[in-house]
Amino acid sequence: MKREIIRLENVAKAFGKLTVLDEIDLTIYENEFITLLGPSGCGKTTMLRIIGGFEQPDSGRVIFDGKDITNLPPNKRPVNTVFQKYSLFSHMNVEENIAFGLKISGMDEGFIRSKINYALKLVNLEGYEKNDVTKLSGGQQQRIAIARAIVNEPKVLLLDEPLSALDLKLRRNMRSELVRINRETGITFVFVTHDQEEALSMSDRIVIMNQGYIQQIGTPEQVYNEPENAFVADFIGDSNIIDGIMVRDKLVRIFGREHACEDTGFPPECPVDVQIRPEDIILGEPTEDSFNGVVKKVVFWGMSYDIIVEADGFDWLVQSTHGREVGEKVSVTFDPYNIQIMSKPQSEDEEAVRDV
Amino acid sequence: MFKSAGVKTLFMTPFCLWAGIFIFVPLLCMIWYGLTNDDEIFTPANLTLAFEPPYFKALLLSIGLALVSTIICLLLAYPLCLILTDKARDLSTAVSLLFILPLWMNSLLLTMAWQTILEKNGIINQVLRYFNLPDVALINTPTAIIIGMVYNFLPYMVLPLYVSLSKIDKRIIEAARDLGASYMQTFWKVILPLSLPGAAGGMTMVFIPALTTFVISALLGGGKLLLIGNVIEQEFIAGYNWHWGAGLSMVLMIFILINMAVTIFFDNSHEEVEEK
Repeated sequence: MKREIIRLENVAKAFGKLTVLDEIDLTIYENEFITLLGPSGCGKTTMLRIIGGFEQPDSGRVIFDGKDITNLPPNKRPVNTVFQKYSLFSHMNVEENIAFGLKISGMDEGFIRSKINYALKLVNLEGYEKNDVTKLSGGQQQRIAIARAIVNEPKVLLLDEPLSALDLKLRRNMRSELVRINRETGITFVFVTHDQEEALSMSDRIVIMNQGYIQQIGTPEQVYNEPENAFVADFIGDSNIIDGIMVRDKLVRIFGREHACEDTGFPPECPVDVQIRPEDIILGEPTEDSFNGVVKKVVFWGMSYDIIVEADGFDWLVQSTHGREVGEKVSVTFDPYNIQIMSKPQSEDEEAVRDV
Repeated sequence: MFKSAGVKTLFMTPFCLWAGIFIFVPLLCMIWYGLTNDDEIFTPANLTLAFEPPYFKALLLSIGLALVSTIICLLLAYPLCLILTDKARDLSTAVSLLFILPLWMNSLLLTMAWQTILEKNGIINQVLRYFNLPDVALINTPTAIIIGMVYNFLPYMVLPLYVSLSKIDKRIIEAARDLGASYMQTFWKVILPLSLPGAAGGMTMVFIPALTTFVISALLGGGKLLLIGNVIEQEFIAGYNWHWGAGLSMVLMIFILINMAVTIFFDNSHEEVEEK
């Protein structure tokens, strides 16, 4: 059984008239790597700043290890933050930066020394003690920022888009570095990003947010394979999202055609969103009872082709290792287990969440 | 930036001419006067004059008052600029206007206003009398001169300090707080060192005019307290001894150069490197 470390209860926050977080409830467990994922303006950074103590929620509580810390200032909280643009102290060298928190809490020289050594080893920057932080590369600065935070042995490390300022190659490296540090230290990581690839590849759990609401919480596989609504389906990976009607259990009607699926529990004739991943679609020869269309566009990505097929007035996105010719007549087929049925938004709020 | 060296030279010419005629030549004249006597013979007497009473007394008083004023300006400017740069309370426009406004008024006028406030039958003493309190002697004291200097020169401290403080990324302050520093610890360990270039610049901009002023000391010191600026003014205007005046000015310049050297030292050692 996982042990709870942070719990947000009914947390709401508005800046002026703009609601950034609307009654958020979230439980974060010990040692996990949890990612807050969403487009810019979805409230993920505000949520992180509320946990860090840099913003006060308008209502609701932040519980840490059973204690209410809603009104504690950042310096009294047992969490540390790695900021987006590193925010290193430019007037201090590497070891002074790392020692900052330990000196504040009055640790002795020997302890600080051993901690600096440990942290620099952890982030693979041994021998950089005396370096000027402003002369380090972006990736090195980011690793110093991580070292500076973890030497204080926080229970939870908050990471605010820490990789977004790095170039692609470095970002990929840092992803596995962060996961390794999370496993080695046992510190809970709360990671904020707008990059779904980052979220999928690093997290134990992903919290998908949009317009101040949590859309779905789940493992990377869950949010990818079983998105709960059209926003999640669209935001995580590529998706074909089609309006459909649930005829009865395991039968859905799309574009006037009935198709088998595996979902159950919807009322008869219920309008639903139907999601099919582009990689799950098979293109074939047109037949009597298939969705038939014409290839409109083909883009080669190296590993695969993105093929747009227009059928029934809908542009299907198909990913395939085989290219097609523009203008070619094809059929669009997919297996029942690759169809994901999602409820349509019920309330206006949910609708707002969906219209992005 | 420019394609050819010729264009560069062309653009440089007006400035070089200006600098030559209005800076370099007068400086040479001053040095000539400062190092010679009436018979046009070279002598260090005009320089050593500064170390004879009463000139030395005036020099020491000037340095003392200028230092005190600079420190008071610094102490006033820090909290003010910290409030100005705190975006949470958006006071910046109102407060900065309030402190920059005096810059738009003639400094002589400002100092004369202080004269009427501080004088024997001035506003302060009238208020004290209304409450049956004893008078205070303010006019013609070092305190009056310091008040005048601080009032006149505070904006010159506020502006560079404000610029320096507003360049500090808010996230750096948050990082310090995040790592456990209280607000005061954050100030001493992060904000102060990062704003030292601004503070040093402001100190120069206050110290130099405070050291050389003769208007403020003439109006608020009542001719009783002579600052080095007043002495130099007298040598040039009343005493007609340009050699002595120029010599004293050169000594004053040495102190200004020392001050600037200190500023440059701080500027280089704590320069904040901008993040990309």
